[in-house]
Amino acid sequence: MTDLTSQKQTALDAIAKADTLDALEAVRLDALGKKGWVSLALKTLGGMSPEERSEAAPAIQAVRAEIADALDAKKGELESAALEAQLAAETIDLTLPAPESAKGSVHPVSQVMDELAEIFADLGFAVATGPEIEDDWHNFTALNMDESHPARAMHDTFYFPDAAPDGGQMLLRTHTSPVQIRSLKDQGAPIRIIAPGRVYRSDSDATHTPMFHQVEGLVIDKDIHLGHLKWTLETFFKAFFEREDITLRLRPSYFPFTEPSVEVDVGYSNEGDRRVVGGNGDDEGHDWMELGGSGMVNRRVLEFAGVDPDEYQGFAFGLGIDRIAMLKYGMNDLRAFFDGDPRWLSHYGFAAVDQPALSAGVGARA
Amino acid sequence: MKFSTTWLKDHLDTGASLSEITDALNAIGLEVEGVEDPSETLKGFKVAHVLSAEKHPDADKLQVLKVDTGEGDPLQVVCGAPNARAGMKGVLGLPGAVVPSNGMELRKAAIRGVESTGMMCSARELELGEDHDGIIELPDDASVGHSFADYQGSSPIIDVAITPNRPDCMGVYGIARDLAAAGLGTLKPIAFPKFDASGECPVEIRTDDPEGCPAFYGRVIKGVKNGPSPDWLQQRLKSAGQRPISLLVDLTNYLMLAFGRPAHVYDLAKLSGAVVARRATAGEQVLALNEKTYTLDESMVVIADDNEVHDIAGIMGGENSGVQDDTSDVLLEIAYFDPARIGVTGRRLGLASDARTRFERGVDPAFLEEGLDLLTGLIVELAGGEASDIVRAGSPPSEAKVVAFDTALTAKLGGVDVPADEQKRILESLDFEVGGDWQVNCPLRRHDIEGPADLVEEVVRIHGLDKVEGVALPRMEGVARPTATQAQITERRVRRAAAASGLNEAVTWCFLPEAEAQHFAPEGAELWSLANPISEDMKVMQPSLLPGLLIAAKRNADRGGQTSRLFELGRRYFKGADGLSDERATLGVVLSGEKTQRGWASGKAAHFDAFDAKAIALDLLEAAGAPAAKLMVMQPVAEGTGTQYHPGQSATLRLGPKKVLARFGMLHPATLKAFDLDGPVAAAEIFLDQVPQKKANVGFARAPFTPPALQSVRRDFAFLVGNEITADDLTRAVRSADKTSIVSAKVFDVFAGEGVPEGKKSVAIEVTLQPQEKSFKDKDLKAISDAIIAAAAKLGAELRG
Repeated sequence: MTDLTSQKQTALDAIAKADTLDALEAVRLDALGKKGWVSLALKTLGGMSPEERSEAAPAIQAVRAEIADALDAKKGELESAALEAQLAAETIDLTLPAPESAKGSVHPVSQVMDELAEIFADLGFAVATGPEIEDDWHNFTALNMDESHPARAMHDTFYFPDAAPDGGQMLLRTHTSPVQIRSLKDQGAPIRIIAPGRVYRSDSDATHTPMFHQVEGLVIDKDIHLGHLKWTLETFFKAFFEREDITLRLRPSYFPFTEPSVEVDVGYSNEGDRRVVGGNGDDEGHDWMELGGSGMVNRRVLEFAGVDPDEYQGFAFGLGIDRIAMLKYGMNDLRAFFDGDPRWLSHYGFAAVDQPALSAGVGARA
Repeated sequence: MKFSTTWLKDHLDTGASLSEITDALNAIGLEVEGVEDPSETLKGFKVAHVLSAEKHPDADKLQVLKVDTGEGDPLQVVCGAPNARAGMKGVLGLPGAVVPSNGMELRKAAIRGVESTGMMCSARELELGEDHDGIIELPDDASVGHSFADYQGSSPIIDVAITPNRPDCMGVYGIARDLAAAGLGTLKPIAFPKFDASGECPVEIRTDDPEGCPAFYGRVIKGVKNGPSPDWLQQRLKSAGQRPISLLVDLTNYLMLAFGRPAHVYDLAKLSGAVVARRATAGEQVLALNEKTYTLDESMVVIADDNEVHDIAGIMGGENSGVQDDTSDVLLEIAYFDPARIGVTGRRLGLASDARTRFERGVDPAFLEEGLDLLTGLIVELAGGEASDIVRAGSPPSEAKVVAFDTALTAKLGGVDVPADEQKRILESLDFEVGGDWQVNCPLRRHDIEGPADLVEEVVRIHGLDKVEGVALPRMEGVARPTATQAQITERRVRRAAAASGLNEAVTWCFLPEAEAQHFAPEGAELWSLANPISEDMKVMQPSLLPGLLIAAKRNADRGGQTSRLFELGRRYFKGADGLSDERATLGVVLSGEKTQRGWASGKAAHFDAFDAKAIALDLLEAAGAPAAKLMVMQPVAEGTGTQYHPGQSATLRLGPKKVLARFGMLHPATLKAFDLDGPVAAAEIFLDQVPQKKANVGFARAPFTPPALQSVRRDFAFLVGNEITADDLTRAVRSADKTSIVSAKVFDVFAGEGVPEGKKSVAIEVTLQPQEKSFKDKDLKAISDAIIAAAAKLGAELRG
């Protein structure tokens, strides 16, 4: 037995000292291999008497287990050390740049059009569209601007040499108002629509581009009056700018297609060199800024559009989309909208996932 | 239109402040575009007395003045003006004052070693005239120490925008009338200077065109003395931005600016025979007062004598009969012209004038005789002379429009309750005559009034739009319903899908240079070309979204940008068979420059290729709802598309042989050359108008699906095929071998060269087989394999050993 104990101690010492898996294996073979001393000791059990065996067997088994456990433990130790050494050798510099994926963007005009659609959908307005190359009748005549009307001259119209099938010339629409006529002719009254889109004026300087974007609004029903117009614009701007302190000022004005006609101003203040809407334009540090035209639809326009003006009445408005986009999102150069510069588009554009939703606020915050 | 408050107060008795006046103007629809207040701009400039003037010790041309400002010790001022001298009175700018002409703030400073406190000013420095030869010299009685703005009597100048419907406010008097109606004061009666008229008018006056010129009144004044206008008149004209010319001319301008009434004065000596309003003859010419010659036609009304045309009626007088300094006898003309005809004539001649602006919008038909008397009286008073009686030809419109008005309409349309008697007061203050039964007689000058809605506007604007309270639109019960059409939903989805795939949305001009537009015009398509483009670069409406994007990509490259990944969602514009516009929703994509920049892991920069364009085209079509599995790739792009795309590296995506949903690929070198771009450039076009729209009433539930319980099996096949066989041909053939079991067939290798016979290529395909009810047995797999090989063999493909 003493023999076994000392052999065990020698083996355990050898295990502890082993620094490679090979050295460990040699110890295992020496002890637990077929001809190892533990195996040989086990074989001696066969020649023993039952009494001797019942005493010796547990002792030998205990030695065997102790050595096997030590071998396992050491093996695990050596393996994990080897893995650690391997991993340490595999270190890479993670400050190096990862592969870049291109980030796309949605143009501010499109984003704002989506916001408009979202807000006005909640107020029951559908989105209507119409052609950009229009005929004289839809762009002017049906909007109560006959050929001799002085207001026509104020429109800086782009004309085509082509005659319109129903008389007059073909032209690029100067406003989104012809969509009023088309929608009323198609659907009749009552109606609630907005019509966002591109419009064109032969005008080009720092603050005017020959192509720009407008949104038209039209509500025709039985008892719609100026008060509804005011509420609608106020409600829209509060939702659009997500501010409760939006203050509108209505001023009498003139458009051939509305009567009475009303210009819409919004109160703002200057913060740095940026205009920030909100507050009363008459208050200290505030002023008024023109946002668009509106009014009660002229009877003659309703007649042209085939709607009975004795039964129906309502309002229309027109706002500059580029302008309200600039006010909301802080761009200061209208011309850059149409330049297609990827740097500008990446900076002022919106992520695909910024889909406007009422529950999240229609605006995408900076 | 500009006017001073002094001028306004000629006609309006009011104690209102400047800001009360401007607020009221805005509130009643006369938009204030600007206010110049001389007491602000001339702050710090005073009437001063030069006590002494000594030569500057160190400068020949400078003098050192002692100047009395009416308070404290005299100030020392260095001055370079030759006319500065002891005893004179002038204008001194004190330190802190800002010189109007250059915005410079005056300071106490040493000039050549001599201290100077302020500056003696010239007329030009104070923007009072062009004179800069010396400092302003004021009369001896000017009171020293007085603010110069006060001394000069210059009052604030208001600039208002008059809308085209209100020609009656294109005179200060009309503006005063509106302000009085709004409660800002009392309108003063017009002061008519008295004069004696005697004797018949010696000139015959006629209108031979009663339609174009319904009324032509005249009168001769003999023995006038022309010359400069008095100060009060000059000041008023200057406040309106007009340059005083001579008394006779200034007085007609005054009549126009104060009362909105254009008139004309002829030098009688230059006229011969009867003076007649008639149509011009074709080709007739006139030298107008702007020194340009105009060629007229039969649609235009003129005033002419026996010899020649003297006036383009209602627009501009002729040079040959205009009054001069030595004019002594004059014929006054005051007429009424048909507004529409004036507008047509003005547009045709491209001639704008203050008179045209008023006549084409409509002057007051009731103010001919009074206007003529007012002008006569002013001329006789200021220039002397003896006036003849009036001679009248024709008569102006005199029938007042009558509108039956219901005061309830103000609330119904205007949304504000105004008591009936207040409505009556407002209308009457604007010279409407309100009958007991609310039949309203409109003043003749209000050409804009057509019906009751116009009267509502009058009542509401004077009552105050600020009193209109917002009222909520009636709302449908429950949650708002969806409003977008299928096309709108598709556009939104495609736009965001494009942005999600790394493209930047651009918005570019819809009009293109002719050559760039034609390069992308489909064969036989007629394009829209503007008659009056801003420039030749913005002339033809785009037949494709690519040119605008290519121009943007070129600009980006020129600025040093390495990559442009651009898309735009817009319309292509064609002429429809009906002569109207055929506009087709389209998405264009341009990929130019570097797809990936050089990198530590990837090595060299990589360019875009046709498969980048293909991937985008397929993604976007799928987002648009096109049936992706049914799309066919067809090469080349199309017959006769010429040089837009690379003929060997571009294709269309079609549903059936005729329906092209998209084009994609590399652009032709000729395109790159035309747009001056370095290649290669990939592009794609999605024709959204061709994508089949989802059927209405499609529900939300997807088609039923349960993942198969049995595991799928993959088998690889390598075929030798002729070069002319496309990957698509081969995979379609393979799939057709067993449509139930084969769920996919993917090319994973294409190889030509060593070991592959000339004219052939090796194509390796991975086929995925999905067992349905029970697992495949060896013999099932063998049968499918054999079927695949047989199907491929029909294309001449042999299985490689």
